[in-house]
Formats: sequence, C-alpha cells, structure tokens
Amino acid sequence: MQFDSFSAFINMGGYGFYVWLSYGVATALLLILMFSSVTGHKHVIKNIAQRKQREDKLRQVREQRQKQDKQSKSTLSEEVTE
Amino acid sequence: MWKWLHPYANPEVSYHFAGKILPWLSALAALFLSIGLIWALAFAPADYQQGDSFRIFYIHVPAASLSMGIYLGMAIAAFTSLVWQFKLADASAAAMAPVGATFTAIALITGAAWGKPMWGTWWIWDARLTSELILLFLYLGVIALHNAFEDKNLAGKAAGILTLVGVINLPIIKYSVEWWNTLHQGSTVSKLGKPSMSVDMLWPFVFCFLGFIFLVSVFICIRFRSEILARNSIRPWVRTLVSEHIAQEKTNAV
Amino acid sequence: MSVANLSYRAVFALVLKRDLTIAMRHKDDIINPLLFFVIVVTLFPLGIGPEAQTLSRIAPGIIWVAALLSTLLSLDRLFKSDHVDGSLEQMLLSPQPVFILVLAKIVAHWLITGLPLILIAPLLAVLLHLNEQSYGALILTLLLGTPVLSLLGAIGVALTVGIKKGGVLLSLLVLPLYIPVLIFATSAIDTAALGLPYSGQLAIIAALFFGSLTLAPFAVGAALKVSTN
Repeated sequence: MQFDSFSAFINMGGYGFYVWLSYGVATALLLILMFSSVTGHKHVIKNIAQRKQREDKLRQVREQRQKQDKQSKSTLSEEVTE
Repeated sequence: MWKWLHPYANPEVSYHFAGKILPWLSALAALFLSIGLIWALAFAPADYQQGDSFRIFYIHVPAASLSMGIYLGMAIAAFTSLVWQFKLADASAAAMAPVGATFTAIALITGAAWGKPMWGTWWIWDARLTSELILLFLYLGVIALHNAFEDKNLAGKAAGILTLVGVINLPIIKYSVEWWNTLHQGSTVSKLGKPSMSVDMLWPFVFCFLGFIFLVSVFICIRFRSEILARNSIRPWVRTLVSEHIAQEKTNAV
Repeated sequence: MSVANLSYRAVFALVLKRDLTIAMRHKDDIINPLLFFVIVVTLFPLGIGPEAQTLSRIAPGIIWVAALLSTLLSLDRLFKSDHVDGSLEQMLLSPQPVFILVLAKIVAHWLITGLPLILIAPLLAVLLHLNEQSYGALILTLLLGTPVLSLLGAIGVALTVGIKKGGVLLSLLVLPLYIPVLIFATSAIDTAALGLPYSGQLAIIAALFFGSLTLAPFAVGAALKVSTN
C-alpha cells in the first residue's frame, strides 16, 4: 500500500482532483457506452418484434379476405348454376 | 484453416458464438480491470518526477493505443468486406466505430487532465494529443456516415470506403502533425518524457491494458450481435429468436 | 463510330468538355465560392484588427483555411446535379472505366474552382500584408494543393451524394483529411517569408498530390457505386 490513510489516498499527493477526474470521466464514458450498447440491442430486438407483429397482422387480414373472396365467389357460382 | 473459419461466415453461427463468449469476456474484463486498477491506484509506486499524477497513465495509455488499434481493426474489417464481399465484416466494423470513438474521447480527456498539473494548462497542441483529436473527428465522420444511410448494408459499404481512406491518411496526418509540432515549439513545452517503467509499475499496467482489451471485446461483441440482428431482420432464424426472446420477457414479467 | 470504341483520351476530353460547358452556363457556381473566399478573408482583419504585423503573421493560415472552406462549398456540385438527373448512373453503366470519367470530372471541378482561387489569391495576400518573399510559395502551394483538395473532396461527395442532407456531413468527412495539406502549405509559406528554401514542403505536397491522383479516383468510383445503388 502506497498510502498511509484513506484521506491520503483521496488526496493523491496533491493531484487528487486530476487523478479522480480522469478515472471518473473514463468510468462515466464506459458506463454510457455499456448502457447504449445494451439498450441498443434491446431496441433492435423490439423493432424486429414489432415489424413481425405488423407483418403477421397483415398476413392474417389478407388470408381472411382471400377466404371471404372465395366464399363470395362460390356463392356467386352457385347462384349462376342455379 | 479456411475450412475452420468457414462456419463463422454464417451470421447465425457468429451470433451465437459471440453470445457464448460474451460472459467469459465480461468475467475476464472485470477480473483484470479490478486487479489492475486497484493495483494502479493504491499499490503502484508514485513516479519520482510526476508523483501520483502518474496514475492517470494507467488509463490514458491503454485508451490511446486501443483507440488507434480499433481504427486499424475497423480498416481491416472494411477491407475484407469490400474485397471479399463479406457482410459480417461490415457488421463488425459498424460495431467497432462507437467503441473506438469512446476510447479516443477517454484518451483525450485523461490526457488533458494529466496535462494540467504537468504542463500547467488543460490543452496543449502536443503532437500526440492533436493527432488523437483528429482521430476522434475521423471516428465521428464514420459514425455520422453510418447514421446517414437508411439501408444498413449501404451504410456499411460507404463507411468502409471512408475508413480505408482514413487509414491511408492517418499515418500522413500523424507525421504531419508531429512535424508541425516540432516546428512551432516556441513556448516552453515540457513534453511528458518516456517514463522509466520499473517492474512494479509495469505489472499493473499490463493488467490494466489486458483488462481494457477484454472490455473492448465485450463492447464489440454486444454491438456486433445487434448489428447482425438489424442486418438480418427478415431471416427466419432471427424471427424465431426474437419471438422466443419476447416470450421469455413476458414470462419474466409475470 | 460507336461510343464503345472511344479511346480513353477521347472519353476524358468529352466528359471534361461537358462539365466545363455546364459550368459556363451556370456562372454563379463559379463566382459564388470565389466571393465566399474573398469575404471570409476580409472578415479576419475586421475581427482581429488592422495591424500589419499580426496580419502578415497569420495571412498564410487565413488564406489556406478560406481556400479549404470555399473548395468545400463548391464540392457539392461535383456529382449532385448529375445524380439528380440520372446522368451519373449512365456514366457508371458506360463501358468506359470509371477511373477516367471520375478523373475528368475532378479535373473540370479544379479548373472551375481551384484555378480562379489561385488567380485571386495574390490580391487577398496584398490585403493581408503577406510577406513579399512568400508570394511565390503561396502560388506554388495553391497550385499543388488545391488539386489535392478537389481529389480528396470528391471522395466525400461521392459518399454523400445519395443522402438528402449531405452538406454538413460532407464537411465532417472531408475536413480532417485536408489537415496535412494545410500544415505543409502554410509551413512552406512561412518558411519562404524567412527567406529559407521551402522545396521540402513543396515536395511533400507534390507527393500528396500524386498519391491522391492515383488512389482517389478508385475510391470515388467505389463510393459512387455504393451511392447510386
């Protein structure tokens, strides 16, 4: 251990402000980067999920409509044959 | 060797590989950084000239050399993607840019904080600080170009070209700035002399350096994974992965 | 004679002539960057003060920075209008090598913007009380340096031509690449003011010129292919 007491450790031989400033800024920037990376990952997943949901809904609507079309067509043809 | 590398060209395989090594890398980064930083802050001896301000060295130098290293890595990735049309290299280059920019910023700010007690001013147009500043501009240019394109694949290609132009220019810029600096050395500039590293200073430095390397790999892994997902969003495997993820989140919430 | 059989020199001359003709029809494209150059330079004495000594000390830097900025301003028109009306895609699709086409366009750009800048620079040097020994160095560095600005700038324009708001982005991409030219050019002018030989700096700028002349058109071609995608 290079320092006698905790206050000496904080003081850093008179350079405390500069040393802790650099360590603090480095930690803060790295934390911001970590936060943005992790939230970015979640954001991407959420985006893809939303898109998937939208596409699924569109597909459902399309299928329903096709079914309806078929039904109406078949009823039409029935009417014609009658 | 190429046969061994081949499966990793598949985005799905690399995605899972990156996910698998992520916890190991995080653990290594945490281990090395905690040992290294505590050693550097509390146990390493003070420099006989610079006193305890020397402790900034343990983050400044790794950040500065990693900022250059990441740019080089980005350039290699861009080159492989342009020459061999290797899409994953684009994703990795895109993942590296913000990480490199952050480390450049750390190197700049710690350099200024170190310069204040040593030189008496926060900023000095020292060759190394100046070229670090220009490197930051190059990084920001690459990131801005990435964000300007809607299509991620196009963005990757454009940013790749810019990265390669930048990496050709970087040595020229570095050389010209150094030359410019020696030319204009009118004021009393006491350069930070090459510190004579004793062994009890070297070991904590090695630990810090390795720790930062692992930390960089952690960041790149996380960002690489999101880049892969964003670029392959219509693939079935991404779709199933995402729905599994959402389902899991729902069960967690309940 | 079919278009495919044109020699490289003919293609080069054709594109060059076309660009110059277009430029002559839009004369404000030539004049506006020049006016910008002049106005920026005249702002400095107003901001700093009219002392001849201070001005002559900072004159090389001011002239060169103003030259960088006015080049940047004029870069936009290099590919933009061709991209908008689709002729850029036609050029890329033509059987001629992209290198030649791009080089011709860059040469045209330099003739339109770089050359007038060099012609007007001595006038501004008078306004800034530039040391009389430095005039030769100023002209020579501009002569060798402004083509580098056009060449490197073309890469940035090619990358941003497909983007709607590419103007600010362009400066962010290109200006860091201009730093070596700025450093060596101003240093050559400063050295000339002291009456010392400045051939070393000139040689380095010439090296930058030839290096960018051989490499930049390839990068521009690749970037255009990405942008017109």
